[in-house]
Amino acid sequence: MTAVASARPALRHRLAERGIDRTLLLLVPGLLVTACLFLYPFLYGLQLSFAPRRGGVFANYARFFGDPYLRDTIWTTLGIALPATFINVLASIPIAYVMRGRVRGKRLLTTILVVPITLGTVLTAQGLIMYGGPAGWLNKVLTVLGITDEPLPLIHNYTGVLLSLVITGFPFSFLLTLSYLSGIDPSLEKAAATLGANWAQRFRRITLPLLAPGLAITFCLSFVMAFSVFPSAQLVGDPANETRVISIAAYHAAFEEYDYSMGSAVAMLMAVVMLIVIGLVMAWRGTLYRGATGGKG
Amino acid sequence: MTGWVARPGRWVVWAIVVFFFVNLAGVVLSVVVDSFGKQWFGTWLPDGFTTHWYADAWREFGLSDVLLATAIVALVVIAVSVAVGVPAAYALARRSFPGKRLVMLLFVLPILIPPITYGIPLATVLYKFHLAGTITGVILANLVPSVPFVVLTMTPFIEQIDPKIEAAARMSGARTISVFTRILGPLLLPGILAASILVLVRTVGMFELTFLTAGPDSTTLVVALYNSVFAAGIRANQSVDAMATIYTASMLVLLLVALRFVNPTQLVTRIREET
Repeated sequence: MTAVASARPALRHRLAERGIDRTLLLLVPGLLVTACLFLYPFLYGLQLSFAPRRGGVFANYARFFGDPYLRDTIWTTLGIALPATFINVLASIPIAYVMRGRVRGKRLLTTILVVPITLGTVLTAQGLIMYGGPAGWLNKVLTVLGITDEPLPLIHNYTGVLLSLVITGFPFSFLLTLSYLSGIDPSLEKAAATLGANWAQRFRRITLPLLAPGLAITFCLSFVMAFSVFPSAQLVGDPANETRVISIAAYHAAFEEYDYSMGSAVAMLMAVVMLIVIGLVMAWRGTLYRGATGGKG
Repeated sequence: MTGWVARPGRWVVWAIVVFFFVNLAGVVLSVVVDSFGKQWFGTWLPDGFTTHWYADAWREFGLSDVLLATAIVALVVIAVSVAVGVPAAYALARRSFPGKRLVMLLFVLPILIPPITYGIPLATVLYKFHLAGTITGVILANLVPSVPFVVLTMTPFIEQIDPKIEAAARMSGARTISVFTRILGPLLLPGILAASILVLVRTVGMFELTFLTAGPDSTTLVVALYNSVFAAGIRANQSVDAMATIYTASMLVLLLVALRFVNPTQLVTRIREET
């Protein structure tokens, strides 16, 4: 009797020492929402993908990899998303590098750079179609200046989707890069300068190694955005051929053929491809220096 | 900058930035000009200007209903994700416990996986429970990235608040409820406000999840806009443009309000602004 009574507070204390107490109950609603709305549907979809309409357990996956029209959507998607992500991340490094210092109107410039986030895919697509189209301002200017004879084919193809991803994705990766770069203490570079390092050496030996882990995160998040190019691939792309990305294939299977099993299978493959890319980037990040960046907080 | 090499480098960077923005302005202005234009065929500017496309868009697309649905979805998503996310963030900020990394992973995954990937299984589940096509379904779908987003932005914010303040309040005899309402609440308010505005921007702009789960009565502005481009029947390009302009203008207002509360560059690493 007394043993039970005295064991109870002891157990509570022992748990509290390991950080388990009633405060953790605050986690329950959040975990419940995420488990019900994210984990459960995901596992349900995984199980559904192994229960195809016809054929054995792996029939959906066999169909996906057996049909070049479906299989090639993986390469099409990577062929659009990877270049777009590289352009966005690489372009944001020098611009963030310049913007980090004392620049006149810094706040205004940051705001202007953020504005494209608000555009939305439809306005971007409509704008690209009109601005970059055969009768658009861009081709008009190029013709007047005598740079081209005939309008450049910029829309309803690969280029259109790439441009759309750069317009919507660049501000995002710029913001991330800028914030990682501002976290690096400028006095480290000043120290290198007093030791006689020129700007290229300072960038390559000091700033870049400190920035690289942040760049890896930026790359991953930008890639996630670019990987699901669904709306822009439909609107400014050539969704039947050149820009038939994997999300179009998934949507087509689930909501046009009403084959939820196949749709789930394609969605699972999307997740796998994406996690492989992110896994590779994060594995590379693991090899980098990840100590203090000397930031101010 | 010392050294002559730095200067041309800077000019190249600025030239690229200017080039990007000139073309971006072209893209945006094409849409805005066209939305005010009467007819525009291959000339530099439309034949004349009018505002009737806005009236048309408002009527044709039932914009008042769409805006109402958008507002309801956004407000409910904000309320629920703050109510659920802030306590979770508090627990994560204040305690370290076995399995914490697993909990963090569960909150990171919905942000790391593209919405369309989990949106398709989620829509299938919602169809199973007859929630797809309803406004509840749209709200549930939008909670998936919003709750983790609130958790992940609020955790570092709460970590910055000194636990000694809470301890002092408890020492003075405050109960848990009054610690939360009188001490933590006011301190957390700026962070909650910032997170809410960002969730608002995300939800209003979230295309994929709403597209996969919305029905005719639960369409938000982004999805209505997308549907209007694909709509059956002849839709004047200008009224689509008018609607896109309305969408972008409202997003812009939201974002500018958000920028008054949060410095966007401080989302990842918190640093004090140089003055």
